[in-house]
Amino acid sequence: MPESSPNVAVVTPSRVTSSRDTPSRQTLESAVVRFSGDSGDGMQITGGQFMLATAVAQNNLSTFPDYPSEIRAPIGTTFGVSAFQINFGSRVIKTAGDNFDVLVAMNPAALKVELNGLKPGGIILLDTGSFQDRNIHRANYATDPRTDGSLDAYRVIELDISKLTLDAVAGLGLSKEKGLSKKEALRCKNFWALGFVYWMFDRLRTPTVNWLKTKFAKRPEIADANIAALNAGHALAETMEVSDGLNSFSVAKAPNIEPGVYRTITGAEAMAWGLAVGAKLADLRLVFCSYPITPASPVLHALSNMVEHDIVTFQAEDEIAAICAAIGASYAGSLGVTSSSGPGIALKGEALGLAVSTEQPLVVINTQRAGPSTGLPTKTEQSDLLQALYGRNGECPLVVIAARAPGDCFNVAIEASKIATKYMTPVMVLSDGYIGNASEPWLIPDIDQLEKFPINLHKEGEYFDSTLRDEVTLARPWAIPGTPNLEHHIGGLEKSYETGEISSDPENHQKMTDIRAAKINGVVRDIPDQHVESGAASGKLVIVGWGSTYGPISRAVNNLQEAGVDVSHVHVRHIWPLPQNLGDLLAGFEHILVPEMNSGQFVKVLRDQYLLDAKGLNKMTGQPFKIVELENAIRAHLEAAK
Amino acid sequence: MTDTMTDTMTVSATETKLTAKDFVSDQEVRWCPGCGDYAILKAVQRTLADVEAKTENTVFVSGIGCASRFPYYMKTYGFHGIHGRAPSIATGIKLANPDLDVWVVSGDGDALSIGGNHFVHLLRRNVDVQFLLFNNEIYGLTKGQFSPTSRVGTRSPSTPHGSIENPLSATLVALGSGAHFVARGVDSAQKQLIATLTRAHAFKGTSFVEIFQNCIVFNDGIFSAFTAKDKAPDKQIYVEHGKPLLFGKDHTQGLRIKPGTLSLEAVVIGEQGITKDDVLLHNETDRALAALLADMNGDTLPIAIGVLYCKPGHIFEVEIRKMVQREISETTNSLNDVLRAGHTWTVPKEPE
Repeated sequence: MPESSPNVAVVTPSRVTSSRDTPSRQTLESAVVRFSGDSGDGMQITGGQFMLATAVAQNNLSTFPDYPSEIRAPIGTTFGVSAFQINFGSRVIKTAGDNFDVLVAMNPAALKVELNGLKPGGIILLDTGSFQDRNIHRANYATDPRTDGSLDAYRVIELDISKLTLDAVAGLGLSKEKGLSKKEALRCKNFWALGFVYWMFDRLRTPTVNWLKTKFAKRPEIADANIAALNAGHALAETMEVSDGLNSFSVAKAPNIEPGVYRTITGAEAMAWGLAVGAKLADLRLVFCSYPITPASPVLHALSNMVEHDIVTFQAEDEIAAICAAIGASYAGSLGVTSSSGPGIALKGEALGLAVSTEQPLVVINTQRAGPSTGLPTKTEQSDLLQALYGRNGECPLVVIAARAPGDCFNVAIEASKIATKYMTPVMVLSDGYIGNASEPWLIPDIDQLEKFPINLHKEGEYFDSTLRDEVTLARPWAIPGTPNLEHHIGGLEKSYETGEISSDPENHQKMTDIRAAKINGVVRDIPDQHVESGAASGKLVIVGWGSTYGPISRAVNNLQEAGVDVSHVHVRHIWPLPQNLGDLLAGFEHILVPEMNSGQFVKVLRDQYLLDAKGLNKMTGQPFKIVELENAIRAHLEAAK
Repeated sequence: MTDTMTDTMTVSATETKLTAKDFVSDQEVRWCPGCGDYAILKAVQRTLADVEAKTENTVFVSGIGCASRFPYYMKTYGFHGIHGRAPSIATGIKLANPDLDVWVVSGDGDALSIGGNHFVHLLRRNVDVQFLLFNNEIYGLTKGQFSPTSRVGTRSPSTPHGSIENPLSATLVALGSGAHFVARGVDSAQKQLIATLTRAHAFKGTSFVEIFQNCIVFNDGIFSAFTAKDKAPDKQIYVEHGKPLLFGKDHTQGLRIKPGTLSLEAVVIGEQGITKDDVLLHNETDRALAALLADMNGDTLPIAIGVLYCKPGHIFEVEIRKMVQREISETTNSLNDVLRAGHTWTVPKEPE
């Protein structure tokens, strides 16, 4: 990044050049850092900036923002702790990492909550300025953890970051009169800590400096204060390396990264952009109807900020109104999309049936969260799979696809738009809180190179003649209001196969039920055969995953394969209909293990569909699987199978 | 766009004028014989012919209930939705294509009970649709349970000892929701109903029309206290903008503000020195007056029929379209640019 260095040099010219040449850095293949503090400490921004700097350093990376559902919980409490974890390295990174190498703890509560996740011998950066007795007690510590021996297993860096930040900002000569209060100055302490960690991992400050200047363009004194704090933290770390033997590390560029233009992307952004692109490829206007709900709202926000691409977003009065408006929009010739999380999807159930019965193209996004009921709104789970497949009254089949990673949401959203318009059916896309919030580097595609799938509106002749159903897809014709001579009635009452008008004829209901099921089953012709992600195509044990468990499963399986274990990995994207060859493929393994963040939902489907003795491996803590958990469970499974 | 629209209008002007029969579908009407819905259906078909509506541009959207079968009987586009959600489906239709002429047909249970939320928000947003609420104060399709407009003491299968709940006023809810057009009609009063529906159709924004509709099977005669031929003159007042609020046979009674209060009272012209000049003129742009008129219950004051309130406001889907068009005209960004906005970096090709 030679073009970036001069900018940094402007900030602290003397330090940059010398630091780049320091030979004493310890080389790491990968590292995990967790920033943790109070909800008001800006940990998500801090982590986001570290991610940016790490992307610029061309490491592979994966992040996990882990924040409470309270917007501002009481200061200093354990339930107000907000954290951001990042795993980065010169090798392929598939998860945000199990345990962390470095913990930045901005207060006692953060230390209390996070210490369990730190590797033995790991580094803790503590802001002692927040370790007053009151805060220590508020974090439910009986004694000061710094002096009672509970940190003996770690390398602890104790600094009064609060005071150091105030000192750094004071150096700028910014007084209250000049527009910066002490409170605002103190708020820069997260950037002080960031500067310190930047030194430890040899990250460039330029992207962060530029970000601050843009973000606070209207209040340059705040940008300057944060930049001063960032530089002060960085400078102290450099000094400490020499005087106190502070560890510093170097994580090399990841090799074999596909060339091209990259950015970081969250699952929510990728989903929004995929929907916008999907509508464009179908040559339809996107009408996105949603009701705010954690953790799905970022998709609504992203699309609302893109109306210049002929996108209409509608914040409805409730979940039901949102899906019904999307249905109305599709009926009138747009691509109707609705998005929510589990509780909202539950409310949409009846209307989903209406979309199935009236055969409307519709995309439904479920960014799953931990349930039941309100559950853990900000925590992740995969427990809406059976809801997606079966959670409606009557025989009500639809297509279900699951995204496996943040960037994958883009592809899944496009595929959902294509299937929905080709087959005239609702398509449910399963994402989850982890995928939605997590970010990863993303090779930006060229939209002009993507295959278009323009829809064919029906414009002539009589409307609902059964012969008009597409012979291959069984899709009904799409005739939209405004088209002369095709006036027709449509609704949730059973329709005559011949005319489309109301029919309560018994034989007709059987026929329509069969047709609706056959149409969805037929989507299989547009689904690629199931491939094996890694390992042999038959053998001792296959691990079958879907959705966001892709990362930890593939890493765990790769680790075991390297250790000589006979294990394969199959990742299923198309939940319904399932790929044609899946049953045969799985039957080629002696044992089938299905890890899921639920109590065993996909494993039920596999057992039901293929009469296979698949076993579940289940976790419902609101947290993603750890690689080591999976490795241990797989080993135990093999042991028990002997 | 403007050119195309002018062309279309020129073409339609030369087409044969449609009659009410041209809006009748081939579906057999399945309401009970004598149901008030028949009269409303006829009035709507007649109105559409009068206003020279086009069958292909007209969409009827409904929820669930007796009234909600309405779209099947219209030779237009029709969407029979789910219980209470017709306003939402209609909103989506207008978001996709604001040029369509959309009618929502609903009932007292559909609009005010299960769909109350959507009803309120449709009016608040002022989506350009006609909203017809067939109020018969009973659940018909589920065989006669009391509804949110049923009066206290209504005996029904679910309230054999008489209902306890207070009824709500559809027109007052509409006014409170920020409706810009609030009107009332009676199923059997065809002339007035057609006049009101014509006004509703012409209005840009949500035009709400409550239609008192007789359920001959489960609630027969519930409105006869003010709809029966001999009662109507004294118990109904047909309001028209700018005209005095007169009622009674030969228009000898009128409404005025009761001195010293913020309420209405009925007066008799010629009695106690009251002249025609003492009678209030109807001002349909006055929301406070509309609320007073809507609140009259036929007890001491007559039931108000006609356009109670009409004051145009900005229209939801029109404003959205304007905003989208403005943003489109002000950007040269492609979707490819969106994906590349913010921080990006390039991984170069490794030298061989």
